Amino acid sequence: MTAHIRTLIGYVLISVIAINCSSKKTDKDEKGEKFKSGLVFDVGGRGDKSFNDAAFRGVEMAKEKFGIGYEYIEPGEGADREAALRQLSSQSDIAIIIGAGFIFTDDITAVAKEFPNKKYVCIDYSVDTSKSIPENLAAITFREEEGSFLVGALAAMVSKTGVIGFVGGMDSPLIRKFQKGYENGAKQVRPDVKVITGYAGLTGEGFKNPAKGKELALSQYNQNADVIYHASGITGLGVFEAAREKSRLVIGVDMNQENEAKTPDGKTFVLTSMVKVVDEVVLNEIGNVKNGTFKGGHKVLGLAEKGVDYIYNDVNRYLISDSVRTAVEELRRKIIQGEIKPM
Amino acid sequence: MELAIIFFLQVCRIAVPYLLTSLGATYSERSGVINLALEGLMLIGAFGATIGQFYTGSALVGVVVAIALGLVFAALHALVTVTFKANQIVSGIALNILAVGLTKFFLRALFGSASNSGRIAGIEVPMILLDPIFLFALIAIPLSHLFFFKTPFGLRLRAVGENAEAAATLGISVPVTRYQAVLISGALAAIAGAFLAFQQHSFTDGMIAGRGYISLAAMIIGKWLPLGAATASVLFASAEALQLNLQSDAIPTQLVQSLPYLVTLLVLVGFIGKSVPPREIGKPFEK
Repeated sequence: MTAHIRTLIGYVLISVIAINCSSKKTDKDEKGEKFKSGLVFDVGGRGDKSFNDAAFRGVEMAKEKFGIGYEYIEPGEGADREAALRQLSSQSDIAIIIGAGFIFTDDITAVAKEFPNKKYVCIDYSVDTSKSIPENLAAITFREEEGSFLVGALAAMVSKTGVIGFVGGMDSPLIRKFQKGYENGAKQVRPDVKVITGYAGLTGEGFKNPAKGKELALSQYNQNADVIYHASGITGLGVFEAAREKSRLVIGVDMNQENEAKTPDGKTFVLTSMVKVVDEVVLNEIGNVKNGTFKGGHKVLGLAEKGVDYIYNDVNRYLISDSVRTAVEELRRKIIQGEIKPM
Repeated sequence: MELAIIFFLQVCRIAVPYLLTSLGATYSERSGVINLALEGLMLIGAFGATIGQFYTGSALVGVVVAIALGLVFAALHALVTVTFKANQIVSGIALNILAVGLTKFFLRALFGSASNSGRIAGIEVPMILLDPIFLFALIAIPLSHLFFFKTPFGLRLRAVGENAEAAATLGISVPVTRYQAVLISGALAAIAGAFLAFQQHSFTDGMIAGRGYISLAAMIIGKWLPLGAATASVLFASAEALQLNLQSDAIPTQLVQSLPYLVTLLVLVGFIGKSVPPREIGKPFEK
């Protein structure tokens, strides 16, 4: 009996919501303008000083620039990412939903098919050529190997010992791209360079183990590496700690991480960071929805599109001589013109 | 030679959390209470140490806060399992989840970040061999051995785990003994967590990364004995250090990374023989 009543109430609620949605939708279409963006975070969540924060900054920038408000959901550890996407999708005032992280690939593809009137953006989409990408989904990937190639070349030129290191998070095709680009970049400018590599794990936990990151980095520094590039999320915080302990150099990832390892006199041990401009991408896509120029499909952003880059500013200038900078910029030009293949 | 020393120091650093936590687990389990909350206890300890030192600047205060939080958490486990006689495994798992949520919540509330706290100084020593927590672990292991097998209290604790009813008829309070054992386990796991936070100079979300469960395995492989658990902990730490140093393109990472687990399996089937838990482990005591 009670079960029946509950089902009944459920149906009534669903229909009320459905009616609400459809009525509001037409309302919005007439006015054209008023909509919000929705963001679902990756495992790390808001405040990870990396990927998620970059995506969040994107929606904040859209609010400042276009006056487009936002809502966000942090699904946490569980598998309720799909539910979060669906919840935002069913809100009539939200026109564009962003999923930050490759982990969203399957969920966002499924939800995008169910809500053809909404626009979707997936950062670091994991492209599967056997499956089609819905028209209303912008699947963003980056050519991490290009940015990694440049920081690899930089590391090899700055290294005094001729040995450089790489610490990866989860051993996966995505992180292997970082490693390959880095190695190739280093070998391009210094064929005899030795690259030591290490991974923190075989599962997602590999991105969340700073103590292991520190030990991996210490091992590499002890094997004479004097620059280490990390692509390992929070595990990387351990790599920075090792750099500080050993007074050696380290290269950050995703965001400008220059503040993660400071020298006692306030300078930085962070040679540079290989950055992905996630915030700009999010801002652009929201702008596209606003202007009605949104296009779905697979978008690949590399050096040419300024989707990836490395940091060169007042903080790390003292570590990078002008000749090195010129050489790296020359490599950038060659990659953009297709003269060098980073992978 | 130099490489050997570096390797040895690395093993020491990796081993400390395992040593302390598995030792603590020995207390709890010997008294008959399964402690699956080790992971959460370590996490809460790491967090306590971080906030303690962050706000006072003193590593000692950090350790004190860590132990205090560890005791509160362990008391919760004891309350649920000993006083209310709930399932010990469920309680442990629930506490682990609670620890993840609580630390994340306060991390955001206090530091405005979901990933890591502000930087702390940790314990500044030139090398691990002089680290007070390392030295404490080194002393605690033989002391615990003496405690278990040479003192009346140790005998009572073991009796409660083997046959609670018999112990009770002899006038030993089963609940009090179990509370004490679980609290010791909580304090030791929290100190292990503090060590990790000090090494890392900050608290990061989920930083224990399964070390609590590895400690539990070390205790089981060590046959519920303090010295056994310590040996197993060092074995695990060595395998992990070896794994860190062996990674190269020559051997597939997957193979190298499975090394610690392979060692566990080999030791378990090859050398340890039958590992017998305390007879009344997991059973709540009914008068």
